[in-house]
Amino acid sequence: MMKNWYKWVAGILLLYTVWFGLMGEVPRKVVLNESIRNLYFHVPMWFGMIIILAASVWNSVKYLQTSQLKYDLRAESTAKVGILYGVLGLITGMLWAQYTWGEWWSSDPKQNTSAIALLIYLAYLVLRGSFNESAQRARIGAVYNIFAFAALIPLLFILPRLTDSLHPGNGGNPGFGAYDLDGRMRAVFYPAVLGWTFLGFWLVNLRNRIQTLRMKNEEA
Amino acid sequence: MQQFLVLLRHEVLLEWRQRNALGGILLYVVSTVFVAYMTFKVVPALSWIALYWVMLLFAATNAVAKSFMQLAPGRMLYYYTLVPPTRFLLAKLVYNALLLSVIQLLTAAIMSILVGNPVADMGWFLLTGWVGVLGISVILTLVSAIAQKASNQSTLMAVLSFPVVIPVLVLVIRMSKQALDGLDRSVGYSWLMNLAAIDLLVIAVAVLLFPYLWKD
Repeated sequence: MMKNWYKWVAGILLLYTVWFGLMGEVPRKVVLNESIRNLYFHVPMWFGMIIILAASVWNSVKYLQTSQLKYDLRAESTAKVGILYGVLGLITGMLWAQYTWGEWWSSDPKQNTSAIALLIYLAYLVLRGSFNESAQRARIGAVYNIFAFAALIPLLFILPRLTDSLHPGNGGNPGFGAYDLDGRMRAVFYPAVLGWTFLGFWLVNLRNRIQTLRMKNEEA
Repeated sequence: MQQFLVLLRHEVLLEWRQRNALGGILLYVVSTVFVAYMTFKVVPALSWIALYWVMLLFAATNAVAKSFMQLAPGRMLYYYTLVPPTRFLLAKLVYNALLLSVIQLLTAAIMSILVGNPVADMGWFLLTGWVGVLGISVILTLVSAIAQKASNQSTLMAVLSFPVVIPVLVLVIRMSKQALDGLDRSVGYSWLMNLAAIDLLVIAVAVLLFPYLWKD
């Protein structure tokens, strides 16, 4: 029970998020209208993705330090769940963009950055797939994972600041600052971020256990 | 330092002995520029910058790809017994940076001859371009060290390096555009600083990670 506390927290917070996210009061804004509720589902995907990918890099560092394959397994699982969150974030963002900006893809710096991040992590999986020996796959995968994450950081911080963006929170558009003042939304948004992130780690945990069983099965 | 110089000399010598490989890279630049020239005929100024960087990136990928791949199997082990990994990497980095600088100048020269040169401030164009090329050469060098271990090297080389190279390209293309329009150089100082910071970051990460790649 104590070991699984975060699963309970994830479940409760997500029930809360879905209920109040869809039923709760939100400010009426021109253009955005009800689509503002996407804040509870789209934005937490990015928070979750960054946190989960950071966990992946941390596991890669641990692997290089210790050479224990369990860290490599965790690095792979976290990267895969990170990609899942990235794809979901992109889809929820594009759906929202279609209704508010009028285009699925408008070369927004945030859209481009997230697409590049996905390319990098898909490349990581391709790289892993091209090794047969598990120790070599783990070591070289870890090196690329760390290198790619380091190269991603400037992208996340520099690229969106170079160009004007339609994205909320950029270049004079109605940003989160305006909504953050709204306590009702904040009361749903923060639990949503926490809930989705915990759910991500639950997924990672499940995948780790399945893979560990599979490896044991192969050995037996 | 002594070892570093020997390694660097060794790199240049190796390249010189395989002059046809070097010639191949240079010919690669000439033919891509010619293909671009034949398909475009007249290149609009903005496309000139884009074409220049795309061709430079592809030529650079091809040039650097062989830096670890041409090593005979077991050769890494041999170096391993002789020199510390960081010194070996630094020799490779400096050599590849030199090679890519030559390719950068050559691409600019051939493009200027064939399709004309719309850039107003050529000094700034080459200087900022060189800072970008430095970053690209470091990224490509480390990625080629990674890809060398795998079976499908040439695909991996592109797939692994292109997304990582994008931040450098975005910044450098901004400054190239600035040079194209001949804007005041001070406009680009903060971009140049950002670019130099990325260069330092990738060099530091490459130096930290390379020792793990090389023990086999």
